[in-house]
Amino acid sequence: MSVETTVAQPEVKKSEPLFSKKNRKVVSDPLDDNNPITVQVLGICSALAVTVQVKPALIMTLGVIFVCAFSNLIIALIRDTIPNRVRIIVQLIVVALLVTIVDQVLKAYMYDVSKKLSVFVGLIITNCIIMGRLEAFAMSQRPWPSFLDGIGNGIGYGVILVVVAIFRELFGSGSLLGFKVVPQWLYDMGYVNNGLMVLPPAALFIIGIYIWVQRSRNAKLLNVS
Amino acid sequence: MQHLLSLLVKSIFVENVIFAFFLGMCSFLAVSKKIKTAFGLGLAVIFVMILTTPLNYLILTYMLGEGALAWIHPSLASVDLTFLSFILFISTIAGAVQLVEMIVEKFTPALYNALGIFLPLITVNCSILGTSLFMQEREYNFSETLVFSLGAGIGFFLAIVLLAAIRERLQYSNIPEPLKGLGIAMIITGLMGMAFLSFSGIQL
Repeated sequence: MSVETTVAQPEVKKSEPLFSKKNRKVVSDPLDDNNPITVQVLGICSALAVTVQVKPALIMTLGVIFVCAFSNLIIALIRDTIPNRVRIIVQLIVVALLVTIVDQVLKAYMYDVSKKLSVFVGLIITNCIIMGRLEAFAMSQRPWPSFLDGIGNGIGYGVILVVVAIFRELFGSGSLLGFKVVPQWLYDMGYVNNGLMVLPPAALFIIGIYIWVQRSRNAKLLNVS
Repeated sequence: MQHLLSLLVKSIFVENVIFAFFLGMCSFLAVSKKIKTAFGLGLAVIFVMILTTPLNYLILTYMLGEGALAWIHPSLASVDLTFLSFILFISTIAGAVQLVEMIVEKFTPALYNALGIFLPLITVNCSILGTSLFMQEREYNFSETLVFSLGAGIGFFLAIVLLAAIRERLQYSNIPEPLKGLGIAMIITGLMGMAFLSFSGIQL
């Protein structure tokens, strides 16, 4: 046993461990302190449009995590070969390629969800989170941290999406993930679903209030934009 | 003709790109602090919108759609390249924006100074790609595409100038500290969206 550990020791020292403290921070930071939606103000478009129900929001999140992580990885791998002047187009092509894969998979296996998301799957291409992370992180970092950064930002995006979707589906149609949650006797007593929650402006209100709560809890964020 | 007019009004007010679909929210929130810059970005968006959407329509009809390649050779009639539309649309937009930037810089420096900084931003403005994708999904014909892209552009222009005007006023009002900036901008956009909802159901 002791022989094995001494053999393994130098290897760990040479390269940074895969889940070092720094790398864990890369994943956890976007969840709150550096959230792509509420702090970096990126990728708001789709965050608002697909959150009427929880299920499309979850699927959209998975799509964004996939595209963000792998585009970060690919760009970080080839970053030294990209001429600086055409980098935006190269990034867009890589992202468009990954989004096409997501779109085709959705069309093949989850046709009804793909119909519901309509153009918003395609709009992952212009989701500023992805371009923003490519520019700010992947162009200057090694592949593995970039991959983690992509996953972290995808999850940070997803957290907001799911929170907003839970509020909108619960109060707007009285269900979660399609299952009835608000019991029938409540309706019999005169409870009515909130029609505003289904409409687009509700998403803006919920995110606005989320930002309010987050910033009053976390004084560090007060002077951001 | 009447049908086109109704489509124009519908794409400006009823289906406003910002308030009904939230396309282009990022630049909408980021560049709406001053009326002057908002005005510049709005104009640039209209310009790029009416340029790229018809261009994408032509690409879709003559290169990508099912049987679209039949004009090259009859044996290509069964080829369907629709799955490539994302890549080609975004390349058209990125290319067109770059081209427009160079042309405008060379021939009308005054316009370039007004729009210049915003043009590169527009490549990743969701509303541009979104308009192209809506055009594809709703199967518009060429004249409808032209009118729709114009309407979507004007809708964006209207929305961003309105929000900038309100935000300039807000600087003098007493807002809770954590809500300042992004938070209140979101809530105001929501309120404006509710106002725009009252246009729904209008038929010309």
